[in-house]
Amino acid sequence: MSVNGAPRIDLQVVADFIAPGSRVLDVGCGDGELLELLQRDKAVDGRGVEISQRGVNECVARGLSVIQGDADSDLVYYPDKGFDFVILSQTLQATRNPRAVLEDLLRIGDRAIVSFPNFGHWGVRLSLLLRGRMPVTKDLPDTWYDTPNIHFCTIRDFVSLCDEVGAKVEQATALDGAGQKIGLSMPWWFWNFFGQQAVFLLKR
Amino acid sequence: MAATRAKAHANEADEPTSPVLRFGVDRPLKLDAGVLLSPFQIAYQTYGTLNAAKSNAVLVCHALSGDQHVANTNPVTGKPGWWEVLIGPGKIIDTDRFFVICTNVIGGCLGSTGPASTNPATGKVYGLDLPVITIRDMVRAQAMLIDHFGIDQLFSVIGGSMGGMQVLEWASSYPGRVFSALPIATGARHSSQNIAFHEVGRQAVMADPDWRGGKYIEAGVRPAKGLAVARMAAHITYLSETALQRKFGRNLQDREALTFGFDADFQIESYLRHQGITFVERFDANSYLYMTRAMDYFDLAADHGGKLAEAFTKTTTRFCVVSFTSDWLFPTEENRSIVHALNAAGASVSFVEIDTDRGHDAFLLDEPELFGAIRGFLRSAARAKGLAEL
Repeated sequence: MSVNGAPRIDLQVVADFIAPGSRVLDVGCGDGELLELLQRDKAVDGRGVEISQRGVNECVARGLSVIQGDADSDLVYYPDKGFDFVILSQTLQATRNPRAVLEDLLRIGDRAIVSFPNFGHWGVRLSLLLRGRMPVTKDLPDTWYDTPNIHFCTIRDFVSLCDEVGAKVEQATALDGAGQKIGLSMPWWFWNFFGQQAVFLLKR
Repeated sequence: MAATRAKAHANEADEPTSPVLRFGVDRPLKLDAGVLLSPFQIAYQTYGTLNAAKSNAVLVCHALSGDQHVANTNPVTGKPGWWEVLIGPGKIIDTDRFFVICTNVIGGCLGSTGPASTNPATGKVYGLDLPVITIRDMVRAQAMLIDHFGIDQLFSVIGGSMGGMQVLEWASSYPGRVFSALPIATGARHSSQNIAFHEVGRQAVMADPDWRGGKYIEAGVRPAKGLAVARMAAHITYLSETALQRKFGRNLQDREALTFGFDADFQIESYLRHQGITFVERFDANSYLYMTRAMDYFDLAADHGGKLAEAFTKTTTRFCVVSFTSDWLFPTEENRSIVHALNAAGASVSFVEIDTDRGHDAFLLDEPELFGAIRGFLRSAARAKGLAEL
């Protein structure tokens, strides 16, 4: 479920959250870039789920343990707390039911890591304000009618969803347009305005 | 002619071209049917060399109509081994690196004890006196051969269709002895539709007057027509509608117009007749009954309280399940249910669905994506087991 053209600058941020030697499930693992990174740098026992057959076949040919599946329908088959970390990287906004998916992540993993593009970023706001059209940017290149991203949210939206499902935010990082981390001391509104991507470490 | 062939088969059944391991009365095979098979024998082929640590063994399991001649010229047909595209020196399953073993399954007709073998108790051909054989019986016998080689753990167990059922049974029955498992185009049970097709095949065999209640070898005849019809019906299930249409369409066979008769007007008819005839030349009709029955009886979940995941509890085997989009005999959903069970059991599992219009038989063909998946899976498994790269 990798999103066309989305930059994966968040991968290293995700990796930083992962304890070495953990059991990791990457939901929407694409061509396996993150899993390979984690196996190499963190010696994780990694598994992946990917919706596109091409992605899965590439992963398996790379020697990764990946199955073809859909975050919306296939997470139910995983047992409770089967993994130390469950990662949903740049995929939440493409699920049909983000809340149910988030709850499954928190059930399957001891911790969940979620990264997503922030629709509250100033560029998105400005585009809608000035042009009156749904934003089409370098990072979100699809027009509204053919985008796989059907559930965009802002950082603030996501934080309130976490509250609703009883997930505790253990750590969070926002990345600006240049891929730089936004200072931890900054308030939420600042993150929500300048963060282009967000990565959350959650626990329930 | 038919009698000569029957004799040739009988020879291959008792004294095959392949190496044979014979188990005396002191080492019976315990069958699911509740009886002991003894004495019995297993015919097998090996390729490559077993390393000193005995850690590089790959067991290949054959499908319903297959045999142990997976990567050498078949002594009965003179054709290349059924998986020579995949197995051999420098190939995906590299015999310069792995020690590949393939056995004729119990109930088969090329040297392992089966209905065409001589029953030592009577000195006559077993025929239907052989107890019904199950997939688990086949695997139990293979395990005895693996013991004979002194192999504690197989590096990989690989097979498609009925071979895939054996792979699943191996992983379930002997979890510690299977480092990696590659079940391809298979199911954890035989579906009602599949049992239905098998029943059509069996009825075709048994309706042939030359079947003689299963005692045709003694009578010096063969139920060739019945077995050929069984094979024709089955062969349709191995292909796909798209592939049939693409290959044959409504093309006529060596003629300009319809003959208004019942000769093989269409190419597809001629093709199926050919498939039927060539099969009869190499396969024993009773063995066909036993093989189809074994598949019908297979239901791994039922053996574990109805829960397939229980069949793989605490497994440490690495799995790679493969299905094909156009396979309607073992459709992707059947394979996916294996994957879900393995997930629920917390197993390490990959699942690849290959996009092809070649139907169930795609697993025997040159499918680059299949080969890519097998290569990647075995490479990472070999790394995990610490097997040296070539």
